[in-house]
Amino acid sequence: MGQLISEDMRSWIGRSAPSIDLEISRRDIIKYSIATEQTQKRFLAGDIAPPMFLFGADRPVTPLEDLNSDGLGKDVLTPPLPLKRVMAGGIKQRFFQQIKAGDSLTIERKITDIYEKKGRTGPLIFVVYLISVLNQESNLVMEITQSRINR
Amino acid sequence: MKTKFQVGGVIPSRKFVATNVSLFLYNAAVWNAHRIHYDERYTVNVENHAGIVVDGPLQGDWLTQIAVDWMGEDGVLKEFEYTNRIASFVDEQLEGGGEIIESTDQIVRLRLFLKNQRGQITTPGSALFDLI
Repeated sequence: MGQLISEDMRSWIGRSAPSIDLEISRRDIIKYSIATEQTQKRFLAGDIAPPMFLFGADRPVTPLEDLNSDGLGKDVLTPPLPLKRVMAGGIKQRFFQQIKAGDSLTIERKITDIYEKKGRTGPLIFVVYLISVLNQESNLVMEITQSRINR
Repeated sequence: MKTKFQVGGVIPSRKFVATNVSLFLYNAAVWNAHRIHYDERYTVNVENHAGIVVDGPLQGDWLTQIAVDWMGEDGVLKEFEYTNRIASFVDEQLEGGGEIIESTDQIVRLRLFLKNQRGQITTPGSALFDLI
């Protein structure tokens, strides 16, 4: 195992992306809550963000011409891997504070691991990201460990 | 300890179906333009999926709902994790549920799952609550 991941690719472990500042809007919480079919009033009214509301908030918002042919944006934290088709893997989240409409947050993201696994349909490369969400007082609001699978 | 929190206790199940419309709204909300979530010809011919793919994180969100809707005001979600094991496709019915696997005066831990109509677990997960 590990033949697909070169030393150059491995050198991406530890790299971080520029931090992203984010203002949490009630309308965005409501849109997310409707799309995900939430049932609790506090989510549907946009008071509190559902636990997975921030998924994708670290996604680069790029001009259309910068999107790849698969529709995904070019991400500064995408190592040059030999497997190009991307799927979401798993997520582990730790919650320290609820996220509310009106919050100003900062998202920091870095690569913590790159490894290879044998899947049912061929080799897979996992890229693991640590995403930290901080509030205006620089206190940790949420920590997300997320993997993306290249196949 | 409340009877509600006994180990082995079953979490009420809920059925979920992502339609073309709900999947579009979800991907718009999370700003995801990956074509496997709306462009069927591309999805089948280029990325070799059986059909339009339901986002893994949307299934993760559904698992959080199974957990937090059941917990209500009795606890606060502290940790949540899931893995997407088997792809799911638009209009496919998934059923979510779970059980209590750990319970003390302070915490409750749940094992969670989404399964497809063939009975395969597509998305296993777990949630840890601090009791209030």
